[in-house]
Amino acid sequence: MPAVQETVDRVRQIDVDQYKYGFVTDVESEKAPIGLSEDTVRYISAKKNEPEWMLEWRLGAYRRWLTMREPDWARVNYPKIDYQNAYYYSAPKQKPELASLDEVDPQILETYKKLGIPLREQEMLAGVVRRDQDGNVLPERRVAVDAVFDSVSVATTFKEELKRAGVIFMPMSEAIQEHPELVKKYLGTVVPTSDNFFATLNSAVFSDGSFVYVPPGVRCPMELSTYFRINEANTGQFERTLIIADKGAYVSYLEGCTAPMRDENQLHAAVVELVTHDDAEIKYSTVQNWYPGDADGKGGIFNFVTKRGDCRGKNSKISWTQVETGSAITWKYPSCILRGDGSRGEFYSIAISNGMQQVDSGTKMIHLGKNTTSRIISKGISAGKSNNTYRGLVTAHRKATNARNFTNCDSLLIGDQCGAHTVPYIEAKNSSSVFEHEASTSKISEDMLFYCRQRGMSAEEATALVVNGFVKDVLQQLPMEFAVEAQKLISISLEGSVG
Amino acid sequence: MSLLEIKNLHVEVEDKKILNGLTLTIEKGQVAAIMGPNGSGKSTLSYVLAGKDAYNITEGDILLDGESILELAPDERAAKGIFLAFQYPVEVPGVATMTFLRTALNAQRKLRGEAEYSTPDFLKLVRETSAKLGVSQEHLRRAVNVGFSGGEKKRNEILQMAILQPRLAILDETDSGLDIDALKTVSEGVNRLRSPERSMIVITHYQRLLNYIVPDVVHVMSKGRVVKTGGKELALELEAKGYAQYSDEAA
Ligand SMILES: Nc1ncnc2c1ncn2[C@@H]1O[C@H](COP(=O)(O)OP(=O)(O)OP(=O)(O)O)[C@@H](O)[C@H]1O
Ligand SMILES: [Mg+2]
Repeated sequence: MPAVQETVDRVRQIDVDQYKYGFVTDVESEKAPIGLSEDTVRYISAKKNEPEWMLEWRLGAYRRWLTMREPDWARVNYPKIDYQNAYYYSAPKQKPELASLDEVDPQILETYKKLGIPLREQEMLAGVVRRDQDGNVLPERRVAVDAVFDSVSVATTFKEELKRAGVIFMPMSEAIQEHPELVKKYLGTVVPTSDNFFATLNSAVFSDGSFVYVPPGVRCPMELSTYFRINEANTGQFERTLIIADKGAYVSYLEGCTAPMRDENQLHAAVVELVTHDDAEIKYSTVQNWYPGDADGKGGIFNFVTKRGDCRGKNSKISWTQVETGSAITWKYPSCILRGDGSRGEFYSIAISNGMQQVDSGTKMIHLGKNTTSRIISKGISAGKSNNTYRGLVTAHRKATNARNFTNCDSLLIGDQCGAHTVPYIEAKNSSSVFEHEASTSKISEDMLFYCRQRGMSAEEATALVVNGFVKDVLQQLPMEFAVEAQKLISISLEGSVG
Repeated sequence: MSLLEIKNLHVEVEDKKILNGLTLTIEKGQVAAIMGPNGSGKSTLSYVLAGKDAYNITEGDILLDGESILELAPDERAAKGIFLAFQYPVEVPGVATMTFLRTALNAQRKLRGEAEYSTPDFLKLVRETSAKLGVSQEHLRRAVNVGFSGGEKKRNEILQMAILQPRLAILDETDSGLDIDALKTVSEGVNRLRSPERSMIVITHYQRLLNYIVPDVVHVMSKGRVVKTGGKELALELEAKGYAQYSDEAA
């Protein structure tokens, strides 16, 4: 049988039910009553003991949301979401304050172990030496893990060292209590409460998330990381993250997530806001592997995310790197507003879709300041019956003289039942801007696979190798240990896609 | 027992008949040259031996160690020791040559139930082997064959052969594209690998290569079959007279 046919047949049989991380942890949880109303918003705010201004902010967003319509322009199809038939808040029932990891519910820690996501600082304490592929010892990397389990942070580590550096890294709910002036100053200034349907919903009911503030001139002494996980059936997840790098500051933030298998679709509508002042830099990396649904696409996560960075200061920089392999529906456009003169935005993306997954993702680079630059590298891989759309917007406003953008957008198809689409919007309102756009779509080449297999690799090993080669430009943007993890994830998510 | 026996092989591609009852035997340790005009089916034979899809075998058999390999996947054949140095090596963008070598070697070893190479052992093996073949460290870091010159690609094929240590190596026009010095280095590399345990099929158009890699036997192919077999002097004769006489014979 010719390889193409074989590949296609195998793809038809994909068993996404084998989703590796599909299990449910049995932790008692406390839920808000089902449905969404002003009372739900008040319940959440009260649970978190929020000040009056925060409640008012939420209620304002809620009232706004009632007047909005769900967007329908993306190339995704899903059954109508019944917003009254979902829970908007759930927290594991446990002691509210934790001093160390020892106090974390062992079942939760066990869950992380199953996920193969070690709490990295344990490794570091144990003196584990990491090596790269060529056997060189890697410099010790320290990752502070603010583990988010369901909606509430259950463990925060490295707090002391960060504190010494003056870095604030804490759950959003704590920041509202402890640093209200910072939260008030920045929250909603990048993604306003009225921004879009999902962001507005998030503003009304957000449960928790991370807050980071790096003071002027400080280089954050470690990479900050949060693992998100959705664990409660019918629980909408509404994370809210806000990261501020003050003048000349630098921070690298890593977010990674997986979710257990569940029958009901799980709605996720996160909002991430980044702000950089003069000469500051934020590097935000995501490895996303939520449950994509079964072979018929049933039960997967709906992921509607609003991520936006504001390069407010001159010569500041924001860089988004994402590896997207999960979710039934992905609707996500991490963007940069290049407001400060000389500021720079970057977007590096790997989006893999398999089975029945639908991905509509991309970025917006909005050039407002002079001499601003941006770079977009997007690698889409479609297998099975999935659909993968890159949607990108690059604009330069009248005053954004000498704006520069380079976009490279490559798609790779595995089999002949999947789709890849590229939808670029480009708009320059001044004559000195230069935008370059490159795009390609290719099928995974049988000659390449045969070459690899002649050397002894199985069809799956060969595909993984070729795909990893295809995404290399983006992988190398990730911090080393995450690159290794992402590489594994790519192989896992393509399992069963070739014959 | 002979290492390889090809019996009355008939092969079609897209309803076009390419091999027409080809019969050929390769003994253990033997180096056999195959010569023949363009389009006579030499590369097709090498692909069929390696198990490439899209070739329809309508008749005949291929035996390795007396057992048919027709049902084996390409990687299973590779693990049994069949190696093909491609006439046109394929580019694999983004995959460092070093990574490729290591993935291939360990994949083969895994299939054979052998332990994987440790990082230091593997690095040592690659460093030593590449030095002998004049392949620089810089090339090992570059993506497989991407932007390599014609000669560099061929050299890279021989490096892979030297690392993978096959029992049956098929070299499809490895000499084309090599300059005089490279031809020498590559031939030396091939000769170093000659052993009673390793057989080679050397496909070439030029007698010059056979001055360096001296064959035990020379086969002439025409129109999908072997039409003449002789000693190394047969190559000299072909150089002088061309293939005209054999095209008639095969017709
Ligand atoms: N996939 C294919 N589809 C159609 N025809 C093919 C295919 N592969 C090979 N052929 C034909 O089969 C014949 C033999 O080709 P092959 O490449 O085996 O010749 P060769 O002896 O290696 O020639 P050369 O000396 O030029 O390398 C040629 O006529 C070629 O066009
Ligand atoms: Mg040929």
